[in-house]
Formats: sequence, C-alpha cells, structure tokens
Amino acid sequence: MGGSIILLLGTAPGGQVRQLYIFVKWTNIHLRNDPELNLLSPCSIQTMSQRVKIKNHPVNPMQNHGEKNCTSYHTVLWYVTKTTEGCQRAKPKQEALTAPLVDRHPHLQDETVIRQVQQISAIDQHPSSVQSSKETLTQDTEGASSEEDPSTAQETRQWKEIKVMLGDLPGIYARLSKIRLTALVVMTASAGYAMAPVPFDPSCFLLASLGTGLASCAANSINQYFEVPFDSNMNRTKNRPLVRGQISPLHAVSFAAACAVPGITLLALTVNPLTGALGALNLFLYTCCYTPLKRLSITNTWVGAVVGAIPPVMGWTAATGSLDVGALLLGGILYSWQFPHFNALSWNLREDYSRGGYRMMSVTHPALCRRVALRHSLALIGLSALAPALDVTSWTFPLISLPINLYISYLGYSFYRDADRSSARKLFFCSLWHLPMLLLLMLTCKKSRVDEEDKSMAHS
Amino acid sequence: MSRSGFAATLSRLLLQNRHGSRVLNHVGSLTAPRPFCSESDPRSRGRIKQALSGVSSFTPPANSSHDWVGPPDRMSNLRPIKYHIPEYESPLESRLRKLRQETEDWNHQFWTNQNISFSKEKEGFIYSCLKEKGLELRDEDGRKRTLSADEMAEFYKEFLNKNYQKHSVYNKEWYMRNFTITFLMGRVALLKTWRKLGWRQQDPKLK
Repeated sequence: MGGSIILLLGTAPGGQVRQLYIFVKWTNIHLRNDPELNLLSPCSIQTMSQRVKIKNHPVNPMQNHGEKNCTSYHTVLWYVTKTTEGCQRAKPKQEALTAPLVDRHPHLQDETVIRQVQQISAIDQHPSSVQSSKETLTQDTEGASSEEDPSTAQETRQWKEIKVMLGDLPGIYARLSKIRLTALVVMTASAGYAMAPVPFDPSCFLLASLGTGLASCAANSINQYFEVPFDSNMNRTKNRPLVRGQISPLHAVSFAAACAVPGITLLALTVNPLTGALGALNLFLYTCCYTPLKRLSITNTWVGAVVGAIPPVMGWTAATGSLDVGALLLGGILYSWQFPHFNALSWNLREDYSRGGYRMMSVTHPALCRRVALRHSLALIGLSALAPALDVTSWTFPLISLPINLYISYLGYSFYRDADRSSARKLFFCSLWHLPMLLLLMLTCKKSRVDEEDKSMAHS
Repeated sequence: MSRSGFAATLSRLLLQNRHGSRVLNHVGSLTAPRPFCSESDPRSRGRIKQALSGVSSFTPPANSSHDWVGPPDRMSNLRPIKYHIPEYESPLESRLRKLRQETEDWNHQFWTNQNISFSKEKEGFIYSCLKEKGLELRDEDGRKRTLSADEMAEFYKEFLNKNYQKHSVYNKEWYMRNFTITFLMGRVALLKTWRKLGWRQQDPKLK
C-alpha cells in the first residue's frame, strides 16, 4: 500500500506534549505498480494536516533520536502495510530527517519529542476517514501512555461506523463494479463496433459503449453481492467494499439495479433490440449461471468464457444490427483468449480455491487445466488466420499478429510443460497485454470498405 | 435517561441470548454444535459466545445511530457487525436485525470450522508426506519443511472433493439468507421513508 503517516509532535519548553500534528500523505504510486491488488485509489497525492489536542503528558524517555535541544525535526515515518490478517497495521520506519515542515511551521522550533504511538492501525486509504479516526487517535495516545491493555485499544480503533460519506462513494462504486475489468469489457465491445464493416457512427458507438459498461458494472456488483463470505476468505478479494462493510448489501443491489436498468434499456432502445437482448443475456449468464456454478462444477470456466466473448459480439451487432460471421469470429477470439488468461490466474490460487470451496480446473483437474490453456492459445493463431478468409481483415493481419500469437502459445506450452508458479504468472501477464495488442492490430488491418467499393466499380 | 439506557442494554442482552438458542435449533449437520449450557444461564452463554466470536468486547459509543463493523475475525476472516437498536424499533426492523445477527453467527461458525479443519488436515498431510519420505518436520536449520506445489495440489484436490456436499448445502442456505436479508432491508428502508414522509405531513412546522 502506499499510504504514509508522518507523526510530528511539538512540545513546549516545559517538556510537555501539547499538540499532536498528524500529516497524512497518501500516494497511490505503489498501488499502480502492483497489479495484483484489486484496488483503485481515486486520490492523487494529497496532504492533510490535522491538529489533535491531547492532554498534558509527562514526556516519556525518548527513543534513539531523542535529542532534547535540537531544532531540527525528527519524523517517524509510519508506513501502512498489509498484513496477512487483512487489517492494516503501521510499521514504524525509523529515520531521522530534517523535514521540510520546518519552514511551514516556524513556531514549532521548540524542543521536539518523538513519541512512538503504538499502532495506527486500520486507517482507511481515503482521507475522509481520517476525520473519524481523529477521535480514536486521541483515545489511543492517552491509552498508550497509561499502558492499558494495548490489544483492546487497538481492537477498538479497528471498529468503524457504517456511515457512507458521499466523498467515499466514487471509490466504493469503482471497486464494487470492478472498474478495471469493466474498462476491458468496454474496450472489447468498442473493438467489436469498430471492426464492423459499416460507416462509423460516433453517437451509436458511445451509446453502445456506455450501455455495455453499465451492464458490466451491474453484473460485477451482483457477483460481489453473492460472494461476500467467500471473498472474505481469499487474499485476492478481501478488500472489496461489501467484505469490508463499507456499504450494505441493499446498497450494492440498488447500485446494480441502477446500472442494469438504464444500461439495458439504453442498449435496447437507442442502439437496437438485438444488442439489448445480448446485454441482458450476458448479465444473466454472469450473475445467475457463472457465479453459482463456480462452487458447483468446473464447467463454470466455459460459461465464463462465453460471458467474455459476448461483448465484442454486442459491439458488432450495435453497428450492423445482425449477427454476422464476423461477430462470431470476434467472439471466438475472445472465447479462446479467456482460457490461457483464467487458467494461468487460477493456477497460483489453488490453495485459496480449495479452502473456499471453488471448483476450478486448476484444483480438480490440473492436467486438463494446462491442456486447455495450451489448446486455446494455439487456437488463437488459427482464428487470426480465419479473419481474412471471412473478410473481416486483410491478409496482413495473420502475419503481423503471428509474433504475439506465437509468443503466447510458447508461454502456454511452457506452462503446460513446467506447471509451476512462474510459468503461470508469465502466461497470465502476457494475456493482459496480448488482447489489447491483438485487437489493435486487427483494427489496423480492417478490410477497407473503400477498396471493396473500388473493386465492385471496376467490375461493373 | 440512564434507566432507558439500562433497559435498552438489558433487552439487547436478552435478545442476544434468544439468538443463541435459535441458532442451536437452526444449525443442522453443517456445523458443530455449540457448547451452550442450559437456557437459564445467560451469563455463561454470553461468555462462551464471546469466546467463540472473540470480538464482542467493543461497544459503540452511545451517541452513534449507525451499525459498526469490526476487523476480520482471526478464525473465520469475517467482519462482525454491532447492530444499532433504535429507540422505536418496529417488529420488522427487529426481525431483520435478528436475522442478520443469526446469519453472521452461522457464517462465522461455518468458516471457522472450515478454516480450522483445512489447516489441521494440511498439517496432517504434510506430516504424513514427510514421514513417507523419511524426513522430519523441521530441517537442520530448524525451519519447517514445505512440500512442493505439485504435492500440495494432491491435498487441495482431495480437500475440495471431500467438502463438496458440505459446500453445496452451505451455498443454498447462504443464497436464501442473503436474499431474505436484502428483501427485509428493502422493506425496512421503505418503512423508514414512509415514516419520515408521514411525520413531515403531520407536522408542517418541521419544514
């Protein structure tokens, strides 16, 4: 995590701690670099300062950096890190820095005392929650000095009021709707629209993308709503809003309904009924088939692959209004792509799946898992070659996409052969950039309608 | 003021104790029976409940009118919720709250058992595997030996298959409870809105 809390204590010459300044600096740099974290922080680098007054305490004997008469500031940097238990604890990072804060607060040039406050735990990433933890912090400093039961004090601090702040809502909704996954889905739908051999209509394009995005948000919210106890027990998913109790289940369902109804209606009325029907079908498949099936049978992976294949088909039908062969080809490419992507991901989560009761190929049929991943990464080469045959792209497409298709097939083969953590990770991360790249190449090789018109004119 | 506060706390305690007996009746073969004493011993039941849940030492501040959510439980990884009991709680709200509390306890029980049996069986599997190989649990440096991912995969597969029935029963129950709770929450929300609108109409001075 990338939050850091800088504690700075100012003292009067009498040596009594008068004021506690908390400078909270939130960064999301670490979050961005860690793709495995399922979080999206909407905060950019912010600084907040809060003044918290505490009672006069006799100054404790200081730690290493205690020099009573120094005028420079010593800061104790606390980094909020993740622990295995899921609650955030602050680890002190002992550093003596002359903080640039000297300039900003010249009246603090009296003696400084560093007080190691025991634990600032479970402070949320959102700065608004620092408001609510302000009071608990005062309690904490008093408690820490009197050395009363530190574990209960710590536990008390970790309890949060379930009160939704308006400022938190965008972040919560982003996580509830799995915004990054939704963005990928909208991207595939847009690619489907762009690949269709019809004149590009910007308004229809935007409406189709918006409708697909809303439907995807709704589907992901319902999925999280169903899976609260399971998500709590898996490391990858334990920071989701419903798991953390940031919103109630009713709120999540209302949000899903508020996304689904306008989304599907938008698709059905402003785009065309076929696209609307496909959107509704996809929503149903994901929430009512894939999600329950995850715990009952390994066929959930195949259903999930269909769910992933439908958005580009929706994009195509939004443009043309009919289910052409080209739409099915695009759907087929997405379908095949799902297997190396998901099977590689699930390979390293076998322990969590086993404990949580998820029935995945990687746990129950590991050999099948690897075979299927390899099979479908090879199929991508075949499907790319089929594209020009169906008049979707020119013949340059299979040629220029061959390097990336061969690369993912090679990684699929090493995953099949080695079956270890690193080959699974490599395959998964490759699949993440492989798909956007493939779609982009496809777009550049799209069969030009101008060429076709010239051809037909030349013939006549 | 203090008397009403005391009455509220007492009624809450009684209601919680009533939960205990209901959970005992409700929970079937899914979970291990709770070690409850007789119904006439609310204090020991409260203590046992505290020991099982482990997080009930926290009390929300008196001026708060919201629920409070706590840190994830060490055994079940689920976060407990302390429900706020409003002054004029309707039967519907009371029913919702009790159902939520009961579902929470039931979930906590299931996942605690699940996690405990998983780690126990995992340890047992590692031990038996190492024994077959003729190795000790700890190596020369005193560190715990671990098996490779392939060897562990055998255990994961076996554990998942063994618990299949248990999980599918749990799933059905969880979905039903989840739907019921959400439905009741919807009704309570409508009731509250209706009440607010109703009071506004009665007393236009409030506007």
